[in-house]
Amino acid sequence: MRQRRKLAATATAVALSMVVAACGNDSGSGGGSGSSGGGGSAEYNAASEGIVNKSDATGGTLKYVLSDAPDSMDPGDTYYAFNWNFTRLYARPLLTFKPAPGKAGLELSPDLAESLGEVSADGLTWTYKLKQGITYDDGTPVTSKDVKYAIARSNYTAELVNGPKYFAQYLDAGNYAGPYKDKNLDDFTGIQTPDDSTIVFKLKAPFSEFDFLVANPQSAPVPQAKDKGLQYQAAVASTGPYKMESHEVGKSLVLVKNDKWDPKTDENRKQLVDRIEVQFKVDANDIDQRLMNGQADVDLGGTGVQAQARATLLQDPNQKKNVDNPQTGFLRYAMLSTQVPPFDNADCRKAVLYAADHEAIQAAYGGSAGGDIATTALPPSVVGYEKADEYGFLQDKNGNPDKAKQALQACGKPGGFSTKIAVRGDRPKEVAAAEALQQSLSKVGIKTSIQQYPSGDWSAQFAGNPQFVHANGLGIQIAGWGADWPSGFGFLSQLVDGRAIKANGGNYNQMELNDPEVNALLDKGIQTKDETERNATWTQVDQKVMASGALLPFVYEKTILYRPENLTNVFVNPSYGMYDYSQLGTTKK
Amino acid sequence: MAAFIVRRLLAAVILLVVVSMMTFAIFFLVPRLAGMNSDQLALRYVGRGATAESIEATKERLHLDDPLPVQYGRFVQGIVVGDEFNYGPEVVKCPPPCFGYSFRNSQPVTALLIDRIPVTASLAFGAAILWLIGGVSVGVLSALRRGSVFDRAAMSTALAGVSLPIYFTGLLSLALFAYHWKLWPNGVNYVPFTTNPLDWAYNLILPWVTLAFLYAALYARLTRASMLETMNEDYIRTARAKGLRERTVVVRHGMRASLTPILTIFGLDVGLLLGGAVLTESTFSLPGLGQLVVDAVFGNDLPIVLGVVMVASVFVILANLIVDVLYATLDPRVRL
Repeated sequence: MRQRRKLAATATAVALSMVVAACGNDSGSGGGSGSSGGGGSAEYNAASEGIVNKSDATGGTLKYVLSDAPDSMDPGDTYYAFNWNFTRLYARPLLTFKPAPGKAGLELSPDLAESLGEVSADGLTWTYKLKQGITYDDGTPVTSKDVKYAIARSNYTAELVNGPKYFAQYLDAGNYAGPYKDKNLDDFTGIQTPDDSTIVFKLKAPFSEFDFLVANPQSAPVPQAKDKGLQYQAAVASTGPYKMESHEVGKSLVLVKNDKWDPKTDENRKQLVDRIEVQFKVDANDIDQRLMNGQADVDLGGTGVQAQARATLLQDPNQKKNVDNPQTGFLRYAMLSTQVPPFDNADCRKAVLYAADHEAIQAAYGGSAGGDIATTALPPSVVGYEKADEYGFLQDKNGNPDKAKQALQACGKPGGFSTKIAVRGDRPKEVAAAEALQQSLSKVGIKTSIQQYPSGDWSAQFAGNPQFVHANGLGIQIAGWGADWPSGFGFLSQLVDGRAIKANGGNYNQMELNDPEVNALLDKGIQTKDETERNATWTQVDQKVMASGALLPFVYEKTILYRPENLTNVFVNPSYGMYDYSQLGTTKK
Repeated sequence: MAAFIVRRLLAAVILLVVVSMMTFAIFFLVPRLAGMNSDQLALRYVGRGATAESIEATKERLHLDDPLPVQYGRFVQGIVVGDEFNYGPEVVKCPPPCFGYSFRNSQPVTALLIDRIPVTASLAFGAAILWLIGGVSVGVLSALRRGSVFDRAAMSTALAGVSLPIYFTGLLSLALFAYHWKLWPNGVNYVPFTTNPLDWAYNLILPWVTLAFLYAALYARLTRASMLETMNEDYIRTARAKGLRERTVVVRHGMRASLTPILTIFGLDVGLLLGGAVLTESTFSLPGLGQLVVDAVFGNDLPIVLGVVMVASVFVILANLIVDVLYATLDPRVRL
């Protein structure tokens, strides 16, 4: 019966995929309440806050599938959240996030390092001691020079361009040319290695969240002799519980147990399965079918099932218990350009915030299963988030036309005005959100036209290019953002720091907010050592950004993850917004 | 005949040059005409944390500041005499024909093409055999039994086959055969012929049938129409009048004439498919040329797009050439 229902639903879903795209509204609020502690059994959303199928059983093979090909499997050259999660299976950075569900998963845990960093009194020097006894998969001991080299190659070369360049931005390395041009690693003065187990980072200015930076996979050691640059991803020197058996770039990857990995040095990972197989470029709908039919275990991307499967899963009680609905850490929003009239007037911006129908926009993102209505610039999954609702979005879920009209009056446009909404045309949810916003704004006299642009050049050429935005009068731009690390600074620095706006494009601060107070708070916060005080600063930045009226938060994004019944130790690590891949096992032998 | 083939090959080279120049222009000239500068082009190939330094380095690495003719010259030079590529710590030689390296994952394009061609060729040839046999047989039988139940049923099915897109029939066949009846319990996973011929065929049956269903439907309708026309010709009546067996009339006189236009289309279709059966490969997650080129287009990965376009053009040109030669064999009235 279950099979037949599934088949019928599948066939219908295939035929009517466009129709069911909006399904799932409100279904996320039903079902079980989820497991609160460890060892919970399968029920709806159980792995969002607890661990499902806790087990130390070993053996078997885990099959991962991905609809795309990753930017790179080189830990030093990747910017995908799923890869920062996955590469930990074979690459150990200095620190990593605790393998735990809920808030605990946002905390850092020593990995290659013995402890969190020791910061000097002036805040300019961070020191880490490496654990003893850690080796590569060929038995060679890991040294601090390998960590230094790894950071040099990932941040100071023209070839490895995919990952972030935070170390290059914050380390005091002068005009270091990078290890491919300058073979003498001693010339890299931003990092010093007084002995094989000590590594010292020299900063240009105090940076209190430096521990978060070294939790990036770029700090996983790379032996200089084995570095093949762009080809290194084909055979990464492993320090984790698994090592590469084969890697056909863009097609498949096989990991097997690394017998040189010592669990005594690693409290963050498990080595349960014998083998991990990854297949890239599998059709997204086929992935869902494979997961539901036991032919695959994990969707590596961790972004959730497609609309077709979503409808099937949420409507079938037998399947729904294997579904999780966690927050992804992404904020979906509209930015209002402070440089495009009439949005150079804050009251005109606020009119949009008051007029927006938040429930209709939420429906565009898939209803409550697709995200909770957002009221702040920071999502709840980052430290520094404080609940607030300055504009009463939750109270006036369908907008507040009276306040919108008052704001229009204040901005000198009592009859409304015309503007354009820019949106990535290949993102159906964002297009639907633009339409919902358009409809709600029209009720207060704000006429909008929707301009669609390809997502590939969205930041470089269109919404992220101030010249283009000004010339085309793009007053409202719809996009989304996830943090590089789960703190206020990690989330906001690229979004709201006006000093980082590039005239030629490539911006994410598409509202062109350049508020000296916001900039100063960012500087103050990142130099504040006291964590509580620092996090309070991020809350202040959030409040300032919201007060500017330049950001209209839509939803704190949630996703629908399918959790095959054979998976063990399943939980969502909030730092990645997906299942923690370092812990998974399987009951299938 | 030899002179004809040489002439066609020369024309093919000119065509390939034109095609490659057009592809190059679409990727580099058109964006510049639309106002993009080299910084913005470089931004396509750096991560979201792009810095001024990484943009500058990318421009240099991909030669984005070079004039377009220089960039094109480098591409041609790579094909003729080879090129070299900087992986960072070492520079590697790329022997001719070198189609360059992916802008995205730095894999050598020639190796990628060599890796993907067998997948697409396996899919295209297998499906082609099925649809040619199935489509032509059904078309001939329908024509010979015009108006019969078989004819009506076959043509209705053919209409459905032509109308249903591959991503529908493909997903439906996966849902039914792979996931419901578990005939492919591990889904469809391409296995190279050299690894295990049986597994190769087993994993390709669904893509073959799905792809062949679409084409067979088309060929059945074409064959039927062509056959009906031919069987009404005077020489068919003459053949019957002089007492030939019906089978001889149909096979030697009727089919031979009616298959000539089918062969032309068949050659073109196979040639095009060898350049990548995009939808089928995507639906069944087959790592062929079609999947490769679609990703490359979305990723603005010019070297891969150029490589696949070149390969596809060669296949189409070769297929045309073969068809022209076979044409003369099938239809003696044609003289090259």
